[in-house]
Amino acid sequence: MAKPLVFEKPLGMRDILPESLAKHRKLESVLRGSIEKWGYEEITTPSLEYFDTVGAACVTLEGRMFKLLDKQGHTVILRPEMTAPIARVVSSLYKHVPLPIRLYYQANVFRAQEKEAGRPAEFFQTGVELIGEASVDGDAEAIALAVACLQAAQVPSFKIAIGHVDFIDGLLDEIVKDPQIHTQFRAYLHDRDYVGYRQLVESLELSDDERRRLHALMHLRGGKSKIAEAHELTINGKARKAVQTIASLWEALEAYGVTDHLLLDFNLFSNFNYYTGTIFEGYSADLGSPLLGGGRYDTLLEQFGRPAPATGFAINMDRLNQVTTLTTTRTEQRLVIAYAPDRREEALRQAQAARQTGRVVITRLLTDGDVTESLSNQAQDEIMILTAEEGEV
Amino acid sequence: MSRSTNLQKLTIAMPKGRIFEESLVFLEQAGLKVTQDLKDTRKLIIPVEDSHLEFILAKPTDVPTYVQYGVADVGVVGKDVLLEEERDVYELLDLQIGYCRMMVAGLPDFSPSEYPRVATKYPRIASRYFREQGQQVEVIKLNGSVELAPLIGLAERIVDIVSTGQTLRENGLVELEHICEITTRLIANRASYRMKSEAVDDIAQKFLQVIPKSPAGKR
Repeated sequence: MAKPLVFEKPLGMRDILPESLAKHRKLESVLRGSIEKWGYEEITTPSLEYFDTVGAACVTLEGRMFKLLDKQGHTVILRPEMTAPIARVVSSLYKHVPLPIRLYYQANVFRAQEKEAGRPAEFFQTGVELIGEASVDGDAEAIALAVACLQAAQVPSFKIAIGHVDFIDGLLDEIVKDPQIHTQFRAYLHDRDYVGYRQLVESLELSDDERRRLHALMHLRGGKSKIAEAHELTINGKARKAVQTIASLWEALEAYGVTDHLLLDFNLFSNFNYYTGTIFEGYSADLGSPLLGGGRYDTLLEQFGRPAPATGFAINMDRLNQVTTLTTTRTEQRLVIAYAPDRREEALRQAQAARQTGRVVITRLLTDGDVTESLSNQAQDEIMILTAEEGEV
Repeated sequence: MSRSTNLQKLTIAMPKGRIFEESLVFLEQAGLKVTQDLKDTRKLIIPVEDSHLEFILAKPTDVPTYVQYGVADVGVVGKDVLLEEERDVYELLDLQIGYCRMMVAGLPDFSPSEYPRVATKYPRIASRYFREQGQQVEVIKLNGSVELAPLIGLAERIVDIVSTGQTLRENGLVELEHICEITTRLIANRASYRMKSEAVDDIAQKFLQVIPKSPAGKR
């Protein structure tokens, strides 16, 4: 690569200018307010983690990890997500803290981009982890909190799609005996290639009924009625259990009163390998990519030595920023005090007094040629000019 | 159209070029209003009156990009482009039109050289294919007239789509290996697939009605 030009930043890295950052911080504070009301406590973890520990736990992201060597020669990564680092903390420093544990974070994560030079490789997430709660009430809490977050952030129109990893797995187990073909089906679902999926169904030697059921999976998205349809499709124990979980989850979510924002999607397929149960994804109108993602990960913590069920989600703050109707307009009237050299002390005293009352005060030395308009870049600012005392030069 | 007008607004990205005419016929058969504006390919954004639909005319390789970023909800595009672009979109239907094959071709007396070179408009597909075959080749990206490459000694082989094979024959080339079959697909944006599921399902259903039923086994 050619030597970078002075204005260039590493691929996918961004500066955030004051106006955007103000909105970003506002969104963060709104979300923080909502999440803390549910009893979650904030945590931060290091930007760098070992590849062998946290890296191994989120192995699906390996191709997009920034890897470095530390001074001792260990491979370290810039954290690609926050769930695995939090699992590490809960299993070590927080080992003595009884479950359930409710934690949240507002953090930057790093995922290298290959295709578009301008796509962010560092981005911001707000997320929650509910650790130690195995019941559907835990899943329902996570989903209802996600709804509350999007409402607090004033996203005008959104939906959260809910699925379960065991349903697809169980249905395939029941009908497809060959593990290689099983893997092929999963690959098509992973790539969202429904054409390939259907062609594979057609190419196999199956009964008409088995064929019908595999095709029907593609249409299992909608409202509550899909639960019964899903139940009909399979007698596999794992898949049936998944349907039961979804049914009782839906009941819990009805109790939360959030089902208007939800849809069921039995063919929802997550790209993360650590999900073990209910998974969900949030979408907004006028935004091409998911706004949030989450789910149950009951085996992740045991990788760090403290087996515990867990669920959580992460909101992509950049995408939330694009669809929120919250605005940040600066309405406060700032005070600008321009002073002649001999009135510095008076000016600074006044400035300090005004700051005590909560005002924003900017002080500056008055120079020859200053006119009132040049003293402030914001029209609504109040301007005070302390010119030189008479008789003095 | 009375029922359709209740649906959410849907933007459809259509590919100009090879499969454009065939796609238009397909849309007409599916009962969508194809206005003169759509056939006049100089316009790029074409709203359809009395309908929830709007068309964007795009370069074929850009169709999956528009759909991934959500500026188009759904798109019509060849599998060749999907394989090459590797975009994150839903591939909903095989429309069974625009049929062709992705082939390796070369001169009849082809024999691999020590440092084999392959010219193609599809560098990703070519690299992936030869890698799977256990061959290390140098892939040279060209933007057109790929058939020229073996004739002037730029590369021994090419990877390209072949429909009738006439261009190959006229240039004295032969098909050497078959990589895969290519047809036209209906793709959808990840969010639109859920936020506008009724409108997306509606158009998929209309398309499904007119897909030629292919003989079993033909993909």
